Formats: sequence, C-alpha cells, structure tokens
Amino acid sequence: MKARHKRLVLLAAALAALALATALVLQAFRKNLVFFFTPSQVAAGEAPRQRAFRIGGLVEAGSLARGADGLTVSFVVTDTAQRLPVRYRGALPDLFKEGKGVVAQGRIGADRVFQAEEVLAKHDENYMPPDAAYALKKAQAGGAR
Amino acid sequence: MIPELGHFALLLALGMALLQGTLPLAGAWRGHPRWMALAHGAALGQGLFVTLGFAALLQAFAANDFSVSYVAANSNSHLPLAFRLCSLWGGHEGSILLWIQMLALWTVAVALFSRQLPREMAARVLAVMGLVSVGFLCFLLFTSNPFERTLPAPPDGRDLNPLLQDWGMVSHPPILYMGYVGFSVAFAFAIAALIGGRLDAAWARWTRPWTLLAWAFLTVGIYLGSSWAYYELGWGGWWFWDAVENASFMPWLLGTALIHSLAVTEKRGTFKNWTALLAILAFSLSLLGTFLVRSGVLTSVHAFASDPRRGLYILAFLGVAIGGALALYAWRAPSVGLGGRFAVFSRESLLLLNNVILAATAGTVLLGTLYPLALDAWGLGKISVGPPYFEAVFVPLMVPLLLLAAVGPLVSWKEASWRGVLRRLRWVALGALACAAALLLALQASWMVALGVALAAWLLLGTAAEAIKHLRHHRAGLPLSWWGMVVAHAGVAVFVLGVTLVKGLETAGDHSLRVGQGATLGDYRFDFVALTREQGPNYVAARARFEVSRNGRPVATLHPEKRFYVVQQMPMTEAAIDRGVFRDLYVSLNEAIKASPQAASPPPPEGVEPARDGPSPAQEGAWVVRLQHKPFIGWVWAGALLIALGGTLAAADRRYRAPRRTEAAASSIPLVPLKVS
Repeated sequence: MKARHKRLVLLAAALAALALATALVLQAFRKNLVFFFTPSQVAAGEAPRQRAFRIGGLVEAGSLARGADGLTVSFVVTDTAQRLPVRYRGALPDLFKEGKGVVAQGRIGADRVFQAEEVLAKHDENYMPPDAAYALKKAQAGGAR
Repeated sequence: MIPELGHFALLLALGMALLQGTLPLAGAWRGHPRWMALAHGAALGQGLFVTLGFAALLQAFAANDFSVSYVAANSNSHLPLAFRLCSLWGGHEGSILLWIQMLALWTVAVALFSRQLPREMAARVLAVMGLVSVGFLCFLLFTSNPFERTLPAPPDGRDLNPLLQDWGMVSHPPILYMGYVGFSVAFAFAIAALIGGRLDAAWARWTRPWTLLAWAFLTVGIYLGSSWAYYELGWGGWWFWDAVENASFMPWLLGTALIHSLAVTEKRGTFKNWTALLAILAFSLSLLGTFLVRSGVLTSVHAFASDPRRGLYILAFLGVAIGGALALYAWRAPSVGLGGRFAVFSRESLLLLNNVILAATAGTVLLGTLYPLALDAWGLGKISVGPPYFEAVFVPLMVPLLLLAAVGPLVSWKEASWRGVLRRLRWVALGALACAAALLLALQASWMVALGVALAAWLLLGTAAEAIKHLRHHRAGLPLSWWGMVVAHAGVAVFVLGVTLVKGLETAGDHSLRVGQGATLGDYRFDFVALTREQGPNYVAARARFEVSRNGRPVATLHPEKRFYVVQQMPMTEAAIDRGVFRDLYVSLNEAIKASPQAASPPPPEGVEPARDGPSPAQEGAWVVRLQHKPFIGWVWAGALLIALGGTLAAADRRYRAPRRTEAAASSIPLVPLKVS
C-alpha cells in the first residue's frame, strides 16, 4: 500500500471513531438531559408530562409526613409563589430539613403529585442548592412584576 | 508572628519563581550559560520558601491560632490533630497553597534529576514551571491570602465540614494534587522542546518517567476519592459523574493517551506533534479542573469558594497559559517533522486508535460537564446532565478500547501480519466467548454483565498471552516498563470485572426497623440488636449494632452510626461495611422516625437531637435503614491500584534513570561545570 493510502485509511478510521462518538453524544444528550422547573412553572403546566425533570425550592415548614410503612414520605416544595406536593419512597439525605432548600428529580403523576426518584439536599448548613435559590429568586421577581 | 513569616516566605518564593521563570529562558535564548544555570538554584530556593510558607500555615492549624481567619473558618479546637492539620486543604486558600506546594515538590525533583539534560532544555523546563508557579503564587497572595488575620481572634473555629473529617481527607487531596500538578512537568518539557524546536525521541524519553509518575499519582488520587465517597457519603455509591470527579477524570483520560503516545514517540520517533499537543492539553485540563472546582462555578461538596474576582483571575490565567501554549504549538509544531512511517496494521496505528478513543472520551466528558454550566451562564435554561448520559457515551467508547488493549502489545512496530496476531488471539477469543456463554446460559446473567465479563476475560487472557510469549523468549530480565504495561493492563481487566459485577449484581433494600427487628437481603439476614449513645470528640452519635447471618450462620457484626456534629449543627450518616474479597455488606442508619406514623406534628428529619436527655429518642421509634450487598466492589479498588502500580513500575525503568554517557557527551557541557579554573 502506498503511503498516501495508508494515511487515508488511518484518517478514515479516526474520522469513523469521531463520528461514532459524536453520534453517541447527540443521542445520549437528547435522551438524558434533565430540565429544571420551578414550582410556579410546574403549576403553569410548563413541565413535561412524559419525561423526568428536576424541581427545586424550599421544603414547606410542617409539610413533611410519613406513610404507615415508615419509608414513604410526602412533603411540599414551594418557591413562595406556588406549592408542589412531592412523594418519595426511601431514605432522605442527611441535610433534608423543613424550611430549607431541596432539589428533587422525578416525574409528575396523574394526581398532579411529583413522584420523586431522587432527593438532593445541600452539603452544609449555610449552603443552598443553586437550583433551589434560583427558583425562589424567580418567583420573587415574578411576584414583584 | 509565624503567620507573618509564612506570608513573607511566600513573597520570597514569588520572587524566586519570577527569577526562575525569566532569566533562564532569556539565557537559553541568548546563550548565556550563567543565566541558564540560575534556574537550578532558583528552583531549589523557591521550593524551600514555599515549604516554609506551607509549614507556617500548618503550624497555625496545629496551634489553633484562630486569629488567622482561614484557620478559624476551617478548624476547631475539638478537632483531633490529624484532622486539624489536613483542614489546611479543607478550604479554598489552603487548597491553592497545597497546589503550589505540590508544584514546588515537582520543580525541586526536576531540578535535582535534570543533570543529564542539555543545559538549554533544563533551563527552559524549569523556567516554564517557574512561570506556572508565578501564576499560582500571585493568585494566592493577591486574591486568597491564607495568612490574613482577624483581630480580636474568635474564641474557637467554625470547624471542618463533617464530611471531610476522615482519613480520606488526609490522603486524597495531596495525592490527587500530586497527580494533577505532575502533568505540569510533561507540559513544561513540551513547551521547552517546542521553544527549542527539538521534539525528538530523547525528549520523549525524558518526559516519560515524569508523566508515568504523575499519572500513577492521579490514579491513586482518584481511587482514594472514590473509595472515600463509597464509605463516607453513606449511600454506597462510588462514582457519580459529578463535575468535580470529571474534573480529575478528564486529565486522567488524556494522561492515559499521553503515556501511550509518548511510547510511540520514544520508540519510533512518530506522533511527535500529537504527543506535544496531548501534553499541553492534559495540563490544560488539570488547570481547567482547578478552575471548575475552585472558582465556585460548581456547587457541590468540593466547591467552598465563591468569589467572582478569583474566578476571573483563574479564567484569565487559563486563557494566558492554555492560549499561549497552543499558540506556541501552532507556530512551532509544523516545523518539527513527521518521523518514521508505519503500516496500517502496526502497533503505531493501534496506539493511534487508542489515542483517538481516549481523546474522544475526554471530549464527551468535557461536553457533559461544561454544557450545563454554559447554558446556565448564558441564561438559556437550567439542565443537568447525569450519570445516564455519561454511561450511555462512556461504555460504547470503552468497548473498542478494551478490545484493542489486548491486541496492541502482541502487534509489532512498523508492520505486522494479521495472521500471526490472529493465531495468538484464537484461544483468548475462545476463552472470552466461553465466559460470556457460560454466564448467559448457565447463570442467566444479563447481556451487560456477559459483555463486561467477556471483555475483562479477553483483556486478562490477552495480557497473559503477551506475558507468556515474552517470558518464554527473554528469560533474563525483561524491562520494568514492560512489567508496568502488563500489570496495568491486568489491572484494567480486574477493574472492568469489578465494575461489571457490582453494577450488574448489586442489591439494596430500605427498611424501617426497630431494635429487635430484622430484615433480609438475598441470603443475608440483618438483625438490629442494639442502639447506644456515643460521645465523640466533636459529635454525639447513635450507634446501632447489627448481627448479620447467612443461612443461620453468623457472618459479621456491624456498627453503623448516625452522628450529629455539634459545631456545624450537621447530621452525618456513618455507614458500616463488612468487606470481603467477593462482596461487601453495607449498612447505613439513615434517619430516626417517630413511633406514630403520620403524626400531627411531623418528626424532625435528622437522626439525633443532642439537646434531649435520657434514652435516645430513636429507641421508642424505628430507623430507616439501608441494607446493601455489593459483589466484587473490592475488585474495583484492586484494579485501580494495579493500574497505578503498573505506572510506577514503568516509571522506575532503569533506562530512564541511568544517565546516558553518549548524550551527556553530546550535550558537551554538564549543567554544573566540573572544571573550574
């Protein structure tokens, strides 16, 4: 094989690998991007019905209740403008607390309750998850208008 | 007084670094031997002063000097000494100082072991490292001075985040930074070679041991972080594709590509430009990682800082360092020349494929990490890219890489025959397929498990085939670099096996249990036997006792804890793990719940209320307990350690250590002239 051919074959292999990677990335991106919505946006019906998304805000004080099995919990996430009831089965993170920030990932059910698959809380006492802070700020800006 | 001295030492270090970064470079350009010779002394001086500054800050932590604001913000007098000392890197300022300290260590090492290098090369390498150090020292001294005082001093410190109060905190950051920063040596060698216009086999041979060592450190650092997350975060995960983890993983991927392409450049003189580019990019990703973690653009366990001034500085520094290096590359690299030719089927092309795949993987991880940040920064919406994306992209890219890893070492340089290689790999392929078939048919395993095990078997058997071939032919002394390759590839196989089995077969269950109750997970029965109250140095804890049995026979006693750290008012789950060769049993005590479900006033979510006296409140109620069975998780750690061991073995190869007489003669004048008239 001539040198030029060899280089062409190598170039083609490299391009094929890159094309494969690009295709995988685009495919994976389309399927797995998780969008974030505030409780106000969910109330306005902007959140998707079929796919998972994230919500964030404060856990409303006094809203945490536990089911008879001891594992199912329900609480309300609020951005001070709108409230969104959330249900979750499993252990809550150490820093989950009423009146504090929280972010949850899951889907909206037929009963308009957010069925969380994952609950994330902040990592220390003073730190608010950025998404939760964003939800509050947005709701306050909306209220002022 | 000592903090002021530390501050002063760092200022002197900055002066030394400026000297080290400028005069030797000018000397190499103008041909002044004396200016070039300055690099050596300046590097040692800088190392000394940085170390003095570092020691001064350590002393402030050891002595509980809370008049130093940084100590007050990150430590506490109740903290045990070891954790007080490692609180030094518990925050932003100290982490940057640790970065600089690591850079100083590498710089001193290069200065001490660069005697067989040509004078110009040594001067330029040390100068580039000096300039990097100038950038970081300026950042530290002018935006994040760790020695700043608050007067009057607060009576006690704010304490270290409880998540960080662990032995992992002692070892993980220094080792990880050792790896991160170690790529600066490869970077400096590439820049020096580009300036000198000599990218050749000798350059690759000088760069290789440094790169291998840095890469091995980075591997151990990532392993330490991952295993720490596994037992400390309390839910048994060990890799989250979190932006901070990705920040260390991207340089690792490019570093892996770099050690392979350096092999080609050294052995065959090919890929020179590409190798230089990889060296630049690997260090650029290390810098980017520092920026991501330290500027506060991410907010997770690791991001303590949020000061836009610092972010801007790092961004500008990144721009100058990466932009400058790439501009130099674009200007000088085309003149370097192509190197030896090779056939389509040769070790060179397989290693090229290895590099393309690794670089593409690093690119996809970079995209997944930066895309959400970019969208957020431009106000285009908030999204998150989680593990499903990374797994969907990473796994298909790794399959061809693992296939290649078994083939590559069996293929000869320059030109190889398909037939010879196929003949050798026949049995290997058969073995791997047999494993997959056995798993699918006999054990009803899933496709993913069968694929992972087959790949691991393929790589392990292929590496064994390579080892047998060589051991048969060269009885006497195979080079350590060859052993390093064999050990690292076997480590990858062990790692893949561990990841496949733990991901495919792990089981977990959440239960609400009272003392006296129990639950089962697979064959194992976990009995909640007792709950006691413990007093730690800076926390109170509820400590449970679980008796684990399998088919009636006792297996282990586990003591998971729920701690409450008093100073930071923070609860913490301290999981208990029974480790074994084939499985870990993992119990975590998640939260206490009150006796009556759905009470009018909801129960406090955190486990232990320290204010309450008498018996622990949880004794009345139940606890949410998570039980986990993690098969083969230990193999993940063993694989990672084998990979790092392979890198260390290769770095220790004799041919990198023995000063080559021929070259010492070629460079004519040694660094320190021996004949003084």
